[in-house]
Amino acid sequence: MIRLRQLDKTYRTGGRPLHVLKSLDLDIEAGEAVAIMGSSGSGKSTLLNVLGLLDGYDAGAYHLDGRLVRDLDEPTAARLRNELLGFVFQSFHLLPDKDAVENVALPLFYRGLGRAERNRRAAALLERLGLGDRLDHRPSELSGGQKQRVAIARALVTEPRVILADEPTGALDTQTSAEIMDVLGEVHRAGMTLVLVTHEPEIGARADRVIRLRDGRVVGA
Amino acid sequence: MVGWWGRRWLSDSAPQPGRGLSPPAPEAPLRALLSLDRWIEVVELHRRHPLRTALTAFSVAWGVFMLVVLLAAGQGLENNLRWSFRDDAVNSIWVWGGRATVPHDGLPVDRPVQLTDDDTALVEALPESGAVTARFIPPSQSISRGSRRADFDIRATHPDHQVIEGTQVVAGRFLTRRDLDERRKVAVLGLRVAEFLFPDGDPRQGPIGERVRVGGLAFTVVGVFEDAGGEREMQIVYLPITTAQAAFGGRDSVNQVMFTVGPADIDAASLAASERAVRGVRAGLGGLHRVSADDRGALRVRDNLARYADVQSVFVWLRGFSWLVGLGTVLAGVVAVGNILLISVQERTSEIGLRKALGAQPRDIVLMIVQEAVVLTTLAGWAGLVAGIGLVEAARRWMPENDYLRDPNVELGSVLLAAAVLVVAGAMAGLVPARRAARVAPVVALRSDG
Repeated sequence: MIRLRQLDKTYRTGGRPLHVLKSLDLDIEAGEAVAIMGSSGSGKSTLLNVLGLLDGYDAGAYHLDGRLVRDLDEPTAARLRNELLGFVFQSFHLLPDKDAVENVALPLFYRGLGRAERNRRAAALLERLGLGDRLDHRPSELSGGQKQRVAIARALVTEPRVILADEPTGALDTQTSAEIMDVLGEVHRAGMTLVLVTHEPEIGARADRVIRLRDGRVVGA
Repeated sequence: MVGWWGRRWLSDSAPQPGRGLSPPAPEAPLRALLSLDRWIEVVELHRRHPLRTALTAFSVAWGVFMLVVLLAAGQGLENNLRWSFRDDAVNSIWVWGGRATVPHDGLPVDRPVQLTDDDTALVEALPESGAVTARFIPPSQSISRGSRRADFDIRATHPDHQVIEGTQVVAGRFLTRRDLDERRKVAVLGLRVAEFLFPDGDPRQGPIGERVRVGGLAFTVVGVFEDAGGEREMQIVYLPITTAQAAFGGRDSVNQVMFTVGPADIDAASLAASERAVRGVRAGLGGLHRVSADDRGALRVRDNLARYADVQSVFVWLRGFSWLVGLGTVLAGVVAVGNILLISVQERTSEIGLRKALGAQPRDIVLMIVQEAVVLTTLAGWAGLVAGIGLVEAARRWMPENDYLRDPNVELGSVLLAAAVLVVAGAMAGLVPARRAARVAPVVALRSDG
């Protein structure tokens, strides 16, 4: 599903260039759940951005779902993100003025679906995630765990090929973290490819495989 | 085992075609613009900062309000000026004699110039002249019928005076060529004169054929008239000029010669004809009276068409000024909208980044911001438009008659133009912030995660 070959990325902002990803090789199969771990500055966030088509790379090759993605123009990248990827963020990134259904339906808006159909799909998904009684609640009226469930629903609503989760439990307490990981586990068992970035070993332990990054290189798989 | 989740948990959605990417067909821009969905989205965004939105909207509304009120006031001024020209032929030239102010032909200054029938004849002979009349104002004569007696102004004229003055005969007739040729003792009374002399019965039909005394002489009333020029113009008695000259010691003298030139159009040809006529009059009368044709003191000539054209150019200037000031105010409002949206884009960097991460095209983002600007300016502008038109309508209904404004009004065309300007200006206002928003990199916007 994901294949990186000799991936190189250097940031050239400000002073001296920062070589963040160094000749990275990585394979993630369809249906796999993979945790990317590493200390801060190891390049794991950059890797996630590259995998998520939010950022480009300098050299090497990235194949996503069998397709080489390289030097994409912005509209194409946006379309591929919408089509293939679902994002889950540490701080949820829900729109405060929209209720749960509208937040979940947002990616479908950019797919050009009608409002009624969008909201119907979003509501169905939220119900399966146990938020049937929170459909018209705004993020401020939801607990942290509920917010992250809404965010997961938003990632799933487009039926993506891969879910990319960046510290999905980083802002949650232990109890809620476990619940969210259960949800992600269900998603994975249903066949979804999952890429988790985390620095918590107990989260990483629930993945099929842990990829450790240090100084922009994979140190153990 | 697939479990409850299932790859196709949305059972009624079409199965994803295997590997092949099938990007959603991008919406045509026009369809995107017409999509009600997007407009709803935009209106919701403005609800986030109601006070800020309201203040910005007010500045736009105020601009449009000012534009409408200025245009209406300008129209009112224009109507008032036009109204002051209403009762006389616009395309007329009036000539009076004065006193020589420059020596000419070896003759000294300060000689009086007395116009006569010869001058009238000379004007009649001009190729440019249409209707021609002279005016002889006899020394004050009292006008009486029976015991009723009063002093009214007397004008002794030619028949064409009716055309030039805009006199409306409401009963009987005006003076005729035959009245002049035969020096008939006939009179045409202003409505107020008729009312005074014939207090019983219909002041319009009643006096016709009756006799009134002007000075010591009996005249037969042949007509009664009204005049749009107002009360004073209806307190006048018209007599045939030949009769009056003979009866009241005028001999062949006249006080004023008036004539029309061509049609009452303000175009280059009419203005040129009018100018030619003025030159012809000056040259001809200068020769007759042995004064310089350029002596403005001796030959006083008023070209009403040129004056009217001058006033017209003031209208044009006034209208331009109204638009300039009004649009300037609207522009200030539009800049405020752009400014607010710029701030809003800054505040919503994270939101915009998220939208992009979820698949928003740069075009979607631009459209969103531009639509916000258009919605804000259009709604606010519409409010200003309604308020402005409301004020104008109220003024039309309740403003007392005055010397400055008459029937203030805004033309529909101006309103539509202002509305179009607003929508375009709104889109322009959104463009700068929209481009900035489109440049937001999602990765930067989402970095708040740490």
